[in-house]
Amino acid sequence: MSTDQSQRSIRCLVAKVGLDGHDRGAHVIARAFRDAGFEVIYSGLHKAPDEIVQAAVQEDVNVLGISILSGAHNTLVPKIVEGLKEYDAFDDTLILVGGVIPDDDKAELKELGVAEVFGPGTPMEETVEYVRENAPER
Amino acid sequence: MSESAGLLDDLLAGKHRALARVITKIENRDPGYRELVSGLYEHTGNAEVIGITGSPGAGKSTLVDKLAEHYREQGETVGVVAIDPSSPYTGGAVLGDRIRMASNVGDMDVFFRSMSARGNLGGLSTATADAVKAMDAFGKDKVIIETVGAGQNEIDIVGAADTVTVLVPPGAGDNVQMLKAGILEIADIFVVNKADMDGADRTVQELTEMVHLGQGSTTVDAGHHGFDEVEMDLDMPTDTDPWKPPIVETVATDGEGVVDLVETFTEHRTFLEASGELTRRRRQRVAEEIRTLLRDDAAGLVEDELDDQGGVGTFVDGVMAGDTDPYTIADDVMGPIRDCIEEQ
Ligand code: B12
Ligand SMILES: Nc1nc2c(ncn2[C@@H]2O[C@H](COP(=O)(O)OP(=O)(O)OP(=O)(O)O)[C@@H](O)[C@H]2O)c(=O)[nH]1
Ligand SMILES: [Mg+2]
Repeated sequence: MSTDQSQRSIRCLVAKVGLDGHDRGAHVIARAFRDAGFEVIYSGLHKAPDEIVQAAVQEDVNVLGISILSGAHNTLVPKIVEGLKEYDAFDDTLILVGGVIPDDDKAELKELGVAEVFGPGTPMEETVEYVRENAPER
Repeated sequence: MSESAGLLDDLLAGKHRALARVITKIENRDPGYRELVSGLYEHTGNAEVIGITGSPGAGKSTLVDKLAEHYREQGETVGVVAIDPSSPYTGGAVLGDRIRMASNVGDMDVFFRSMSARGNLGGLSTATADAVKAMDAFGKDKVIIETVGAGQNEIDIVGAADTVTVLVPPGAGDNVQMLKAGILEIADIFVVNKADMDGADRTVQELTEMVHLGQGSTTVDAGHHGFDEVEMDLDMPTDTDPWKPPIVETVATDGEGVVDLVETFTEHRTFLEASGELTRRRRQRVAEEIRTLLRDDAAGLVEDELDDQGGVGTFVDGVMAGDTDPYTIADDVMGPIRDCIEEQ
């Protein structure tokens, strides 16, 4: 019946963790996601992993995009992943990492459960397309 | 066990993930969301629901954050539903209220949920009200709704609250204009936030006059812009309703006035209960809910019938060709539905 037609929308949390103050990339991504028709929640700067977990769980986002340019990804991302698992939110959340991530670290992040890493210069269409194709259903 | 029964059990057992997912299903109008809300119903009615509205940037989210902090200090749990407009072009949105929730970091007992208007005008107030029910059933002591006070839709949304709070920032002579949009009638409490800024006293004074006159902004504004022909529909039961919206000053950024505001909420609550107004409002909400559901269902039936009879396009062809007209078609399409009803 027409009134039961669901009104799905892709929800994304764009998160900045730790002391990293580089927020241009996060803003650019947040806007691009919005313009792509997604619902975007931006965490703001300097959030603790706990806060990111709290937001991802409560907002029930399909996509958690973590932006890190500080080099602290190897300590911060595992904490977030652990937190998501604690709330049974790990399995059906697409975790992306963007920012400055050395190639050597990418494999490790993916092993942790990060679906994809988007470095500087990734065309925006590519990122948006990736999200469209991979965002888990709700 | 069906998926929604499992989800409902998990929500009632206090699982945050389940509460989050139930709200998603409500927002998405997933198949089965009605069964969920129906299951929630018997567990609702315990939360105090507070609505906060006001012009963009008035400080609503900052205030909600401080209110939540205050309630948490009292040992009470809090749910927040914050609504932001979505782009009418792409449907996308940046939901910016959460960023102000700085005082309740990592505290899961403040459950904050951002919702977008998703361009569906009528449905948002229903979805909001249902999300509030989910938080209520979950066991939240206080549920706060934040929405931008921009128009009828937002007025409907805060209508889901027991106590409606309207934030008015100082200065900018537009304040009174904003209140004209019909928000004045639904305000139980006015808050002049940003009381640290110039013009706060004047705004308090303006509001005091307005409330004192009790006849809506028309009187106050009469000499201003000639808007006085706007007739307010005041169906307030004036003699049984001694409640005059109090005006509270706050500085949300540092929490000043929050205790006053919470006391005012309590006073309003006491009034609602003592006067029978709470029951009256709740009855009215239930009536509205029943009507909305029925309207949706009826509209669905009509759509189905329309499809069965060949779709709207065929009928349009007929009208364009001059064979028939929309009135005749409406009569014809409704025919079988009407017959079914009359047979009973
Ligand atoms: C601009 C800049 C600054 C500005 C930041 C302004 C701001 N508000 O953002 C300022 C001058 C403040 C600054 C300061 C510092 N910076 Co700086 N900065 C840069 C610089 C030159 C560009 C970053 C940028 O804005 N790029 C433009 C945006 C659009 O690109 P982006 O962030 O990479 O995002 C893209 C992708 O990565 C991806 N993406 C990013 N986030 C996300 C999220 C998701 C979900 C997805 C899907 C994709 C995604 O998509 C975006 C678009 O393609 C980089 C070097 C570089 N070329 O990257 C150094 C750099 C990041 N900075 C660096 C450093 C060291 C610093 C300082 C510590 C310097 C110092 N000693 O003071 C401080 C620290 C500040 C702080 N508090 O964190 C280092 C980091 C080294 C590291 N990681 O090991 C870099 C790499 C320079 C270098 N080569 O040494 N910096
Ligand atoms: N000086 C002053 N600034 C305040 C006060 N309350 C909020 N602000 C600031 O006003 C700005 C907007 O605050 P928000 O809480 O985001 O306002 P809002 O009404 O939720 O905004 P929207 O949701 O976008 O409509 C922020 O920069 C706050 O820091 C206050 O009492 N005094
Ligand atoms: Mg806000």
